[in-house]
Amino acid sequence: MKQFWGFVMKEVRHIMRDYRTLVILIGMPIIQLLLFGFAIRNEVTNADIAILDASKDYMTTEITNKLLSSGYFHLSAELASASDIEGVFRSGKAKQVVVFSQNFARDLYKNGTASVQIIGDASNPNMATILFGYTTSIIQDYQFQLAAHRGQNAVLPITPEIKMLYNPELKSVYGFVTGLVGMILLLVSALMTSIAITREKELGTMEVLLVSPLKPPQIILGKVLPYLVLSVINAVTVLLMAQFVFNIPFRGSYGLFFFEIMLYILTALSLGIFISTKAKTQQVAMMISLGALLMPTILLSGFIFPVENMPLPLQIISNVIPARWFLVTLKAIMLEGLGFEYFWKETAVLSGMAIVLIALSMKNFKVRL
Amino acid sequence: METTTTIKPDERESVITTEQLTKRFAKFIAVDAISFSVKKGEIFGFLGANGAGKTTAMKMLTGLLSPSSGKASVAGFDVYKQAERIKQNIGYMSQRFSLYEDLTIAENIRFYGGVYGLSRTTIADKTGALLQRLQLEHARNALISSLPLGWKQKLAFSVSLLHEPAIIFLDEPTGGVDPITRRQFWELIYEAASEGVTVFVTTHYMDEAEYCDRVSIMVNGRIEALDSPRGLKERFHASTMDEVFVTLARPSA
Amino acid sequence: MRTIAYLLQKEFVQIFRNKQMLPIIFGLPIVQLLVLIHAATFEVKTVPTHIVDGDKSGASRHLVERFVSTGYFTVVQFSESMKLGEEDIKRRKATMVLVIPPGFEKDLLTRGAAKVNIILNALDGGIAGIAQSYAAMIIAGYSQEIQTEIMSIAPPSAQTQAAASGNTMLAVRNSFWYNPELNYKHFMLPGILVLLVSLVGLFLSSMNIVKEKEVGTIEQLNVTPIKKYQFIIGKLVPFWMIAMFELAFGLTLGKLIFNTPIVGNVGIIFLSATVYMIVVLGLGLFVSTVTETQQQAMFIAWFIMIIFVLMSGLFTPIESMPPWAQVVTLFNPVAYFIEIIRRVLLKGATFGDIERQWWSLVAYAVVIIMIAVRRYRKVSD
Repeated sequence: MKQFWGFVMKEVRHIMRDYRTLVILIGMPIIQLLLFGFAIRNEVTNADIAILDASKDYMTTEITNKLLSSGYFHLSAELASASDIEGVFRSGKAKQVVVFSQNFARDLYKNGTASVQIIGDASNPNMATILFGYTTSIIQDYQFQLAAHRGQNAVLPITPEIKMLYNPELKSVYGFVTGLVGMILLLVSALMTSIAITREKELGTMEVLLVSPLKPPQIILGKVLPYLVLSVINAVTVLLMAQFVFNIPFRGSYGLFFFEIMLYILTALSLGIFISTKAKTQQVAMMISLGALLMPTILLSGFIFPVENMPLPLQIISNVIPARWFLVTLKAIMLEGLGFEYFWKETAVLSGMAIVLIALSMKNFKVRL
Repeated sequence: METTTTIKPDERESVITTEQLTKRFAKFIAVDAISFSVKKGEIFGFLGANGAGKTTAMKMLTGLLSPSSGKASVAGFDVYKQAERIKQNIGYMSQRFSLYEDLTIAENIRFYGGVYGLSRTTIADKTGALLQRLQLEHARNALISSLPLGWKQKLAFSVSLLHEPAIIFLDEPTGGVDPITRRQFWELIYEAASEGVTVFVTTHYMDEAEYCDRVSIMVNGRIEALDSPRGLKERFHASTMDEVFVTLARPSA
Repeated sequence: MRTIAYLLQKEFVQIFRNKQMLPIIFGLPIVQLLVLIHAATFEVKTVPTHIVDGDKSGASRHLVERFVSTGYFTVVQFSESMKLGEEDIKRRKATMVLVIPPGFEKDLLTRGAAKVNIILNALDGGIAGIAQSYAAMIIAGYSQEIQTEIMSIAPPSAQTQAAASGNTMLAVRNSFWYNPELNYKHFMLPGILVLLVSLVGLFLSSMNIVKEKEVGTIEQLNVTPIKKYQFIIGKLVPFWMIAMFELAFGLTLGKLIFNTPIVGNVGIIFLSATVYMIVVLGLGLFVSTVTETQQQAMFIAWFIMIIFVLMSGLFTPIESMPPWAQVVTLFNPVAYFIEIIRRVLLKGATFGDIERQWWSLVAYAVVIIMIAVRRYRKVSD
């Protein structure tokens, strides 16, 4: 036991000495969270639009002002002819062009109809549809105003009352925070351990350790322990920042929270160990960790893109990604404040993954090293 | 093994000279004002305990590390201003392994030969000769990683002589090698020296020190003694180099 | 020139001999491109909905009918209790609960006004927002229909008004250029391709020199007469070629499998890619000169990459960022190249359209290579 702690201390010293990596390990979650929280948003505001107004009467001016004062749009160019549209799209100066037909106000009064054309740069389909939605609802609103002005009944009989649960302002940072915890813990636990162990193999020092009185499980545990501590520090940092910097409420139980975090870290660590039993060089370990773990974790776990929207085969693939299950439990605890009965299944899946991975790496470790 | 050579070293020109050569790091002085000269064709042993400053001194001479103060010239070139000219004229075998494990013997030879500007035909000729001398013709296309350590060391030595340098620097070349291979390795060194190559070698095997023409012993960054092994033994009234070394390295003991 | 040739030969032999790395360098990015492209979509196909119909009238059934027929909403459960609905949200069976309160039809007929409640799980703000606007649209449509019905039994004077208000005076026509089917894959493929190519380039280059440091061969190289520029070129060119190959291969696959539009001149893309990859590989070289172990190098490279990618507009639009963050993106080469490749591929931008981005990349390349060359030293202090 004494030898074991001596070995752990050696590993800790090893990590502490490499202060650059340590700074990144501790600092990266903070910077990422700040970026996600303050800089990166899905919400569209202040989008650049151009206006092609062939009539320039009071009505088109009113609509234009209404669009621009909504906060969603920013006027980047006033176009003189339809041939200019292509240019503003290609140079990226505008995401949408609003075209008013000639004699707009006069047509509306004379014929009872006038047309507005909304041309979206659909190279980004998401942006184009969102902007189109904003524009149509603003124009409709204007139309109701016009109607009300003329004494017509402008109120529709059914009014929906909408209640947004858990995240009334629809902030994207809620999803980002939980996703980030999943990603960072995976990075620190799986990636760092797989590289640390493969490094000993590559440099030939693993053989030295194996002939020492330490048993193989002790060696692995010793390598893994410092990273486990680091992971917990990271999880706590993110949690504290979520609460105190971004005012994201913590609605559930801290006990459950730490239980799930430890379970996820365990799964990630065993993944790391498993990779290191397979990889011959650090480069291979790293590329597997990054390519086969990190990218899928970002894209298939529901971190940025919701899993429910994906095609069925991808949804099936996403089942083998630990973060997919972990994120459900994390959201349930942190944001929804639910009890264990709502995520015992996800917890069971994660535990199963951890057990299988540990068993596999134990087997591999004996055979290969 | 007989260690004296027929030509007296003093009659030949110096190929390495240092004057008050010093290397200071932030917290300590690794090499403290060493002055010595090495003659052409000499086997010059550079002895010292671990951390005495041997490798640091060697790195300054090979142009891997810039000196803090003092003067040094190697093969007639100044270490401050003409480091790149020096590199064309020296061979170097570092303490750590210097061949590419994932390349074959022939590929390593081709690569280093090419980097030193040897022509394609020269490389082909040299590869043949080298493999023949080491009796490794059968292993021409074997990966370095598949070879035993002793072979690797002999190969690394031969590869560092590929471009026919005037001086070769060897940093603990026989570390971890069995006694028979060490003996073979020293035969290679003698062969090179007999062809006029100056050999500058660090070691902490005292029996190897006996094979050198002259030996300097470094303690804490300073050269404490410099003479032929025989001269040193006489001066310190010792029967082996080991005793000489212990006397110098642990004066209090 | 001959020295460089020998360096290149050595690097290529090493790359192609590493049987574990080869599939990772060439296979993994392609597989990821083909698989992950399907994942990267904000498109909401269907919203699982729990319907609480407390009225069970003709009107409420009609409204439910409307919701179902659009295809946006899949009914997972009908019930009469709001509690059951909220429970379904908690169990993640439903994202939305539509509650039609008792007396809905009566209110409509007698007062001409009624309410429905919509409860949404807003954890994913994007989905909730879209579901909300779908629902509002359906309810408004049904409202208009009802309004005409109600008015038809009202006094004749009101009828004309209803006709007037029901008639859309302002015709809003829309057209989506460049991608009329709103295919998200067209938008994401070039971006994800850039991401994968950058990852491969950055990691390979940043770990390469560090590996020589770790193994010890770098010292041997440093005592040879290799010149700095020869060394840098020898290290850069192989990865540059791999990255360019992967870019070309990825684009071809995109065209063949996903029919990604290639409107503009591919030459502009490769001209930009040439410069862009120099920036990425230069960054990798820089990382490997300031680190001692592959673990460090990998970690710093990852750190740089994740910030660059998050701030590149790949997943979330740059336009949505606050002004200070938009200024930060001006220092992000990934943002420039993604912008270029998307504009040229999808919109047919000419060189003039992307000139600013191109020159920014050139400036970046010059600076980063200068720094990397300065930092790489054959002689240490």
